[in-house]
Amino acid sequence: MAHDTAHHESNIGRIWKVFILLSVVTIVEVILGIIKPAFLVETTLISMKLLNWIFIILTIYKAYYITWSFMHMEGETKGLRRSVVWTGVFLICYLVFILLTEGDYIYEVFRNGYVAWDF
Amino acid sequence: METAVTKTGTEDKIWGGGNKPLKVSYGKMMMWFFILSDALTFSGFLASYGFSRFKFIDSWPIADEVFNHFPFLHGVDAPMYYVALMTFILIFSSVTMVLAVDAGHHMKKKKVIFYMFLTIIGGAIFVGSQAWEWKNFIKGEYGAVETKGGQILQFVDGEGHRVGLKDIAVVNTHKDRAQHERKNGIWFKKEAALPTYTIEEIRKGFEKRKDLLIRTQTLTEKGQKTILSRTESLKRMQADAIGIVEGANLVHNEYGTPLFANFFFFITGFHGFHVFSGVVINIIIFINVILGTYERRKNYEMVEKVGLYWHFVDLVWVFVFTFFYLV
Repeated sequence: MAHDTAHHESNIGRIWKVFILLSVVTIVEVILGIIKPAFLVETTLISMKLLNWIFIILTIYKAYYITWSFMHMEGETKGLRRSVVWTGVFLICYLVFILLTEGDYIYEVFRNGYVAWDF
Repeated sequence: METAVTKTGTEDKIWGGGNKPLKVSYGKMMMWFFILSDALTFSGFLASYGFSRFKFIDSWPIADEVFNHFPFLHGVDAPMYYVALMTFILIFSSVTMVLAVDAGHHMKKKKVIFYMFLTIIGGAIFVGSQAWEWKNFIKGEYGAVETKGGQILQFVDGEGHRVGLKDIAVVNTHKDRAQHERKNGIWFKKEAALPTYTIEEIRKGFEKRKDLLIRTQTLTEKGQKTILSRTESLKRMQADAIGIVEGANLVHNEYGTPLFANFFFFITGFHGFHVFSGVVINIIIFINVILGTYERRKNYEMVEKVGLYWHFVDLVWVFVFTFFYLV
């Protein structure tokens, strides 16, 4: 058995706290998505709207709580945690970086390539 | 180890099984690595979605205009409310799942049954909602015109409100174009369903209603769709428009580039399939809990393992929600 039932403390309070946190973050995301505050849309940071950065950061924040609290990653050994999280994070960052760079390049080719697309 | 402990002679045989690397049981560890590989599959999909989106960064459809339906509120523009509700349902079913796992740690069978039941209901509602989203997306709302180059032209009135094809078309009642059915052809081939209106009918109606303008796929600086002037619009209708599009499938899409529809079907479909299989697995474990299998086994680790999968489905949805509906 992975857990000794005798020593397993109930953490129902924490579960509900995390639920409230996730709900609040989602509500904030939806409100921002509907209002779309002008200053967040008009400011860009590393060629992306500030609003989109906020969405992505809030998403990662939610993902952290789901993994750490609901999936109980915080209770696993350091070895398991790292072999799952670091592998995933590294490969995903790499994949996203190369694909987005390539996508941006193709956008430039489409725009400046002396070929009409809109006809 | 204390010297008093008797050696059984198996401590050193690490590869002989029976011990737990990383202090976690075999099943749970494998579930984690399955989740890791599945996460990479999903990130492959989402990253290629990002690729296509960057490729068409100045002409991608605006999600708020595409997903603006809410059950029982017809004709009301409700961007994202329904997806937000779906997200809540999924997060909540994740909470009931973790409560079931928690009850399992304390060997409370009744509570495990109750919370797993709620989880299954939540999952079923979510899958149903997704099906409803698909239905709206496939059916479309206003309809649009497609050009020779595959661009989508939508219609707006003077105030910028969308106008549907049915309000534009001057229907020709003497149409003699019949659908070619399988039974009529010598080679038993049939053609796809005929569109509701022909392009001529739309063209005629467009010329008649002087307030109508065309909205192209191209986004302006402010992230809104470009609206052409009346003369420009007439020119495009005459020269470029070749057919009408109603709703979306893998080839045509009234909301914009077909890639948007392809990724929508593929990613939400793959996720929906995960939710569906999660519900099925949950039902199996649910029945086992009722039968008392884990009571006899003296641990509820199986509930924990399906719980991991279920939370993963929720985790993926958080990302799909962001990249499809918010960003």
